[in-house]
Amino acid sequence: MNIDVSALKYDERAIFALRSLYSAYGYSYYKMSKFEEYDLYVRNKDFLVSDSVITFTDTNGRLMALKPDVTLAIIRHIHDEPGVVQKLTYNENVYRVSQKTHTFKEIMQVGLECIGAIDDYCICEVLELAALSLRRISPHCVLDIAHLGILAAIIDDFSFSERSRADILRCASEKNAHELRSICRRSGVEENKAQALLDLVSLCDRPREALPKLRALLGKSGSARLADQLAQLERIVGVFAGTDVEDMLRVDFSVVNDLNYYNGIVFRGFVEGVPTGVLSGGQYDRLMRKMKRQSGAIGFAIYLDLLERLNTAAREYDVDTLLLYDRGDSPERVRACVKELAAEGGSVCAQKEVPQGCRFRRLMKLTESGATPIEGHA
Amino acid sequence: MLNIALPKGRLGEKVYGMFARAGYECEGVLDPGRRLIFENEQKGVRYFWVKPSDVAIYVERGAADIGVAGKDILLEHGPDVYELLDLRVGICRMAVAAKSDFHDDPERTLRVASKFVNIAQNYYASRGRDIDIIQINGSVELAPILDLSDVIVDIVETGTTLKENDLHVIDTVVPISARLIANKASFKFKNSAIVSIVDALLPLTEENT
Repeated sequence: MNIDVSALKYDERAIFALRSLYSAYGYSYYKMSKFEEYDLYVRNKDFLVSDSVITFTDTNGRLMALKPDVTLAIIRHIHDEPGVVQKLTYNENVYRVSQKTHTFKEIMQVGLECIGAIDDYCICEVLELAALSLRRISPHCVLDIAHLGILAAIIDDFSFSERSRADILRCASEKNAHELRSICRRSGVEENKAQALLDLVSLCDRPREALPKLRALLGKSGSARLADQLAQLERIVGVFAGTDVEDMLRVDFSVVNDLNYYNGIVFRGFVEGVPTGVLSGGQYDRLMRKMKRQSGAIGFAIYLDLLERLNTAAREYDVDTLLLYDRGDSPERVRACVKELAAEGGSVCAQKEVPQGCRFRRLMKLTESGATPIEGHA
Repeated sequence: MLNIALPKGRLGEKVYGMFARAGYECEGVLDPGRRLIFENEQKGVRYFWVKPSDVAIYVERGAADIGVAGKDILLEHGPDVYELLDLRVGICRMAVAAKSDFHDDPERTLRVASKFVNIAQNYYASRGRDIDIIQINGSVELAPILDLSDVIVDIVETGTTLKENDLHVIDTVVPISARLIANKASFKFKNSAIVSIVDALLPLTEENT
């Protein structure tokens, strides 16, 4: 099959580029059904981006859902294999309520999941693939990276109430230092400890600048748990020292995924020209436990619908040549003329009338002498 | 060039004054006539005035890199933006108000009228109180007077309008002030320009305390 890549839309080209990238690293393509049992999503509702799910009753009476998420469905269908890491990639539609329009939207996602005996190498590989994916989408891109374990350890250390914990995570995601300071004051957190938290959420630097700051912020805490988490972040980020990927990384603790499902490294990718994150991912061992799996997992998804904004090269014409013919013209003559014009290059559309709003480079009329330019439109 | 969305009106003029004092002045901003966009190329800023309730949308969607929005708007609509500074201007509060003879009967569903339905719902949900929310877009004070609602949730600045209508504040939901917000992607790609503005504005917010 010959594929003219220039005829593809931006998101279609991205699917090709990304799938070939992932398969080069040994990720196998995972195809799944559009539907899953509703029960799967009800039990893990907090994991979903939106609460609402499109449901219907199958012919056998089971309540089904158009899948609002891919990760849950993949975990459900794979089995633990001790010592093995299953590397899967997918491109699937998910059905979610748009937070802007409050109506359901079909969203094409491309992503990968690395499930099994996850180690530091697996985390680095997924991070690198996330970075390379962004670069394939646009040369101007940034991958924010954080360690949820660090944030969780600090919050646990401060013994915040359940409500304050939720507020602190929200403030971290908003880089809202002023409100964070109020919450710390209300909760009786010492000023110097509160300042460390404020500095943490304000961080948005390349690893070589961020890591020394982090060490200075967290080093004095004396918490062995915090030291472990920081050491892991340093190990992971350190792998990319001096590489192209390092330049794309920003250590930024506003990447906050649900602590009930995610742990460890989390990340979010941005490309210039799209106002929101186009890639989201992280390590989700806690979700695996909730779904009675013993192994770990890390993965990410790219929201292809957001890439539409990058497709700025608007087409000037709908068709290169619009060929008008009459009812009396035989199909053989019209076909021959279309072939002849197409051989000159460009697209040809044969019509009896000019379609409303059709933009064409040239307008031709099929006459006795063949295709003749129409004056003023040639 | 940093695109900055300012809220039209007195609050916006006050906020622009802060930007100007911080070193980001721009000719013509306070005397717009029919012009919509004002640019100071040297300072790398481009201002535009928008309806206060639209600032967060402009910023969230990336039409503006940063902007100034009231905390009421941010709480009500929950845009996916960074909230970088409390500018400490436009200070007021979101409050629950009722007629002076109001008594809350916990056996009845409380009827709450408000423009800010999400804020009101979240406030009462956090207290486990069952409410019937009534969305009203103007003259909210009328609702309890005409027995459309038991209480209202609205912005209170001085309390004069409430007093004139025999209403009084029975609880404060949340303090409100103007906040500097930033688009999340712009914060990555125009980081040094945004951080410079934040750093320049920060001492001015402390003057507003």
